[in-house]
Amino acid sequence: MPGVFAVYRWELRKLRAQKRTYLGLGAAALIPLVFVVALVTHGGKPEDVAFGRYVHQTGLAIPLVLLLFGSIWMFPLITALVAGDIVAAEDRHDTLKTILTRSAERHQIFAAKTLAACSYAILAIAITGAVALVAGILASGFNPITSLSGTRVSAPHGLGLVGASLLVYLLPILAIASIALLLSTAFRNSGAAIVGTLMFSLLLQLVDILPGLSGLHPYLLSTQFNAWQGFLRTPADWAPVIRAVWVCALYAIPALVTAGLVFLRRDVAGE
Amino acid sequence: MPNGAALDGAAPIEVRALSKRYGRVVAVDGVDLTIEAGDVFGYLGPNGAGKTTSLRMMLGLIRPSAGSVRIFGRDPQLSVTALEGVAGFVEAPCFYPYLSGRRNLELCAALDGLHSAVVTRIDEVLDTVGLAERAKDKVRGYSHGMRQRLGIASALLRRPRLLVLDEPTTGLDPAGMRDMRELVRDLATRGITVLLSSHLLAEVDELCNRVAIIRHGRIAYEGSLAELRRTAGLSYRLRTTDDQRAGTILAERGDITHVGTDSGGVLTFKVVDEPVVGDLSRALAHAGAGVLELSPRHATLEDLFFQLTEDGSGAPGDRVAEVAGAAH
Ligand SMILES: Nc1ncnc2c1ncn2[C@@H]1O[C@H](COP(=O)(O)OP(=O)(O)OP(=O)(O)O)[C@@H](O)[C@H]1O
Ligand SMILES: [Mg+2]
Repeated sequence: MPGVFAVYRWELRKLRAQKRTYLGLGAAALIPLVFVVALVTHGGKPEDVAFGRYVHQTGLAIPLVLLLFGSIWMFPLITALVAGDIVAAEDRHDTLKTILTRSAERHQIFAAKTLAACSYAILAIAITGAVALVAGILASGFNPITSLSGTRVSAPHGLGLVGASLLVYLLPILAIASIALLLSTAFRNSGAAIVGTLMFSLLLQLVDILPGLSGLHPYLLSTQFNAWQGFLRTPADWAPVIRAVWVCALYAIPALVTAGLVFLRRDVAGE
Repeated sequence: MPNGAALDGAAPIEVRALSKRYGRVVAVDGVDLTIEAGDVFGYLGPNGAGKTTSLRMMLGLIRPSAGSVRIFGRDPQLSVTALEGVAGFVEAPCFYPYLSGRRNLELCAALDGLHSAVVTRIDEVLDTVGLAERAKDKVRGYSHGMRQRLGIASALLRRPRLLVLDEPTTGLDPAGMRDMRELVRDLATRGITVLLSSHLLAEVDELCNRVAIIRHGRIAYEGSLAELRRTAGLSYRLRTTDDQRAGTILAERGDITHVGTDSGGVLTFKVVDEPVVGDLSRALAHAGAGVLELSPRHATLEDLFFQLTEDGSGAPGDRVAEVAGAAH
C-alpha cells in the first residue's frame, strides 16, 4: 500500500502537468504586476480602501491593498480553479476506475487531493504576496507604513506584519478550497464546482450587506478575509484573528467531511 | 483486521446473489458465479446485459444493491487490499491525457506502492504490449487501440494472479486482436486466472474453458461451451416415406422429446442419448416408413447464444433445454 505522501506527490505532479494550474498561478503573479505597473504609469491611488493612500509611500501597502481587493472574487476564483477541478477532473477523464483499482484506499486518494488543492492555494497566495512585495518595494520603496491606528511601523516590522497577514489570509482561502472540493466531489463537474464556489463566496458578501443580518457579520466567511487587519493595529488586535481560525474551521471541516464521505461511498460507474 | 489476509484456497472470484439496480433499471439481478483458480472464464452477453456492471462490483468500484462479492475470499467493498494480485479494467481503460503513457504507468506503479525498482518492469510491460516507442508521447494523442494496450500494460504491471478484462479486444485491429488473444493464452498457461467479458463468441470459444452467459442481468447458462454444444447437438432432422406415421412413432416414444417440424415442414426431435436414434430407425423400418434422411443438427454457437440471450422467459434452468430443442 502506498502512503498518503506518495499519492500526494503524484497529485502534485498531475497539477504540474495541467494548464489550469499555470493559469491560476500566472494570474496570481500577473495581477499584482499589472496593479503596480498601473500605479506607476498612471499615478493615482485607490483612496477608498484601507492602505490605498499609502501605495506611493511604501511598497508594503501594495500586498495589503491586493488582499482587500482580491477577496471579492479573485482569490476565490484562483483557488476554485484547481480545488473545484481536482475530483471532477477524474470524472471527466473517467480515471477514478484506473486509480481506485490499484492499492491506494479511497481515503488516501481523497486526503492527497485535499492536500494538493491546499498546497496550490497556499502557493498562489505566496506568489501574489511575493510579487506584490517585490514589485511594490521596487516602485514605492521599502519605507515605514502607517498602521490602521495611525502609528508608524518601521519597514522591517511592517514586512513581518505583511507576512503574518498573508498567513491569516490563508484561513478563509483554505475554507474556500474545502468548499470547492466539496462541490467538485458532489457535482462531478469542474465548471459547476468553480461557478458554485464563486456564487457561494459572492452570496456571503451579499448577506453581509443585507440590512437586519448584521448579527451574522462576524461569522461570515467573507468577513474572515479581513481578519489580518487585526495585525495592523497598535497594539495588535488578536480577536478577529482567533475568530477567523474557528469560523474558517466551521466552514472547512464540515465541507471536507461531507466531501470525504461522498467520495468514499460513491459509485464509480462512468458517465 | 476485518479484511485480513486472503483465505488460503479461496476462489479467485465468488459472487453470490449479486444485484445492482439503477433506479428502475435492474442492471444485475441475482448473479451467482464462482471462478476457480486457473480458469479462463468467459462472461458473455449482449449489449446492456450487465457484464460491465458485474465487473465493476467485483473490482469494488460500485456498491452492490444486494448480494456479495469475494475476491480470494475478501470483500472489495471493505478495502482495496482485496484487490491484491488483481488487475484489469472495465470498459475502455482511461488514463490522464496530459501525461505520457510511461508517466501514467509510473503513477499506477506508485499507487500500487511500488518504488523506483519498477523502472525496468515498466519497460518490460511497454515492450510486451508493443508501446515502447510511443511511451514518451502524451496519452491525449493515443489511438483507441494504443489506450487499450496501455490498459493491458498497467494491468500486467501488478503481476496479477487474477486478470479482469472487459471486452479487451473491442476496437483493436486484427493484429491487435491476435496479440491480445495470444497474451491472454500466454497468461493462462502461466497459471493466471482470467475473467474475460465479451460479446464475441468466437473469442470466448477460442480462449475460455468455462463461460457464463448473462442476459437481462441474469445468468442464462454456466458451464463449458463444449457442454452447451453437446447438449444442443442431440437434435435431429427426419424425412421418411411416410412422415405422418413417423410423427406418430416419434410422439409415442418416451425417450424422444421436442417433436416438431422446421420451417420446411421436416420433422425434428431431440433425444437424450445417441443409441435412441438407432432404435428409432429400426422402429421406423419396422412400421414401414422408409428413412430418407435422419441427420443430427449441430446448432452453431451463434444460434445458442441468440437463443439464450434473446427474449423468452423461464428459469435459467430450462433455457438450455429450450435451446437444444430449438436448435433444429
Ligand atoms: N451508471 C448507470 N446508471 C444507470 N444505468 C446504468 C448505469 N450503468 C449501467 N446501467 C444500465 O445497466 C444495464 C447493464 O449495463 P452494463 O454496462 O453492465 O452492460 P454490458 O453488459 O456491459 O453491456 P455492453 O456489452 O454494451 O458493454 C444497462 O441497461 C445500462 O443501461
Ligand atoms: Mg460493458
